[in-house]
Amino acid sequence: MVEFALPKNSKITGGKTWPKPAGATETREFRVYRWNPDDGKNPSVDTYYVDTHDCGPMVLDGLIWIKNNIDPSLTFRRSCREGVCGSCAMNIDGQNTLACTRSMHDVKDGAVKINPLPHQPVVKDLIPDLTNFYAQYASVEPWLKTTSPTPQKEWKQSHEDREKLDGLYECILCACCSTSCPSYWWNSERYLGPAALLQANRWVSDSRDEATGERLDNLEDPFRLYRCHTIMNCAKACPKGLNPAEAIAELKLKMVERQI
Amino acid sequence: MSFDESHGAPKGSSMRTPLGRVRNLGAAHSGTSDFWRQRITGVAMTLLMIPVIVIVMMLLGRNQAGAAQILGSLPIAVILLLFIFASAWHMKIGMQVVIEDYIHNEKLKLISIMLNNFFSIAVALASTYAILKLSSGV
Repeated sequence: MVEFALPKNSKITGGKTWPKPAGATETREFRVYRWNPDDGKNPSVDTYYVDTHDCGPMVLDGLIWIKNNIDPSLTFRRSCREGVCGSCAMNIDGQNTLACTRSMHDVKDGAVKINPLPHQPVVKDLIPDLTNFYAQYASVEPWLKTTSPTPQKEWKQSHEDREKLDGLYECILCACCSTSCPSYWWNSERYLGPAALLQANRWVSDSRDEATGERLDNLEDPFRLYRCHTIMNCAKACPKGLNPAEAIAELKLKMVERQI
Repeated sequence: MSFDESHGAPKGSSMRTPLGRVRNLGAAHSGTSDFWRQRITGVAMTLLMIPVIVIVMMLLGRNQAGAAQILGSLPIAVILLLFIFASAWHMKIGMQVVIEDYIHNEKLKLISIMLNNFFSIAVALASTYAILKLSSGV
């Protein structure tokens, strides 16, 4: 059966409360998930106080401030700090999102609670192991596949056909959608998940691609595609405002279209 | 750190590459028929729901002879048979989806899917027999 409870070694126990920064007039409480693979202990939630006058407005600014000023061992991924790279995806106040585009002031009700993306193996602290997620992306073969002779200049596409890629090409593969999907939690080994399927639809919808049928063949599977039950958590979680559920529905429609 | 060593990773993962694990046995090239049939039977049940409710209300409080008289009408018997057929099929597909979602033990999954098929067919046949028996007045 599906495991609904956390394994024993993943249960959260205790946690350290770090002292408030000296001289700070206004602070914000951060409760952050911690787990160190080297100390053999269970995960914990540490409490930090961020000096909001010395720090930017975003949750990522708060985490960087904690790392620079309180606890250098706090571990998280970050890079572009402007919602383009997808590195700082994490669960903030119960919702998967990017720490760099979520303002700490938008988090109501006291502390800013931060956990790693749900239902993924944790490497350390806020860093999930996304090996399976990336392999699923690779499995949809996200590149142009053609058999016609390569044109002298470029593969041409009409403006109308290019517009069909809007809402698909913007995906930054942050994994917020896939890790918010209960179907993905229960069957991530076989269900490709919303992100990989949105990317699959991006190539299926590309007028320049000549392997559309082959791509659909590769997706037609009760688990790879049809585990999506239109729960819509993916659309709610996407920090780029995309709708993976709609992309999956389009894939299903194309499957039916080629049969009837 | 490898995938296997990280916290909470599935136990017993082999040394297979991540892409090999994802590709696994390949696509089944099926699922669309069930998806489409689930929609067809869903729409059919929605359309049949009102006449079925009316028929059930007509049957309320009647004895067997009265029920047999009502079900003796061809359109009424056909509506009920269609409803039974659509709902049994819908039930079979829906339950199979739930089993596939939550039961991960392969043997248990196969047995559950088999029992689900038997149960759905038995319910459909028993209901069909009852309707035909009453409508034929035997």
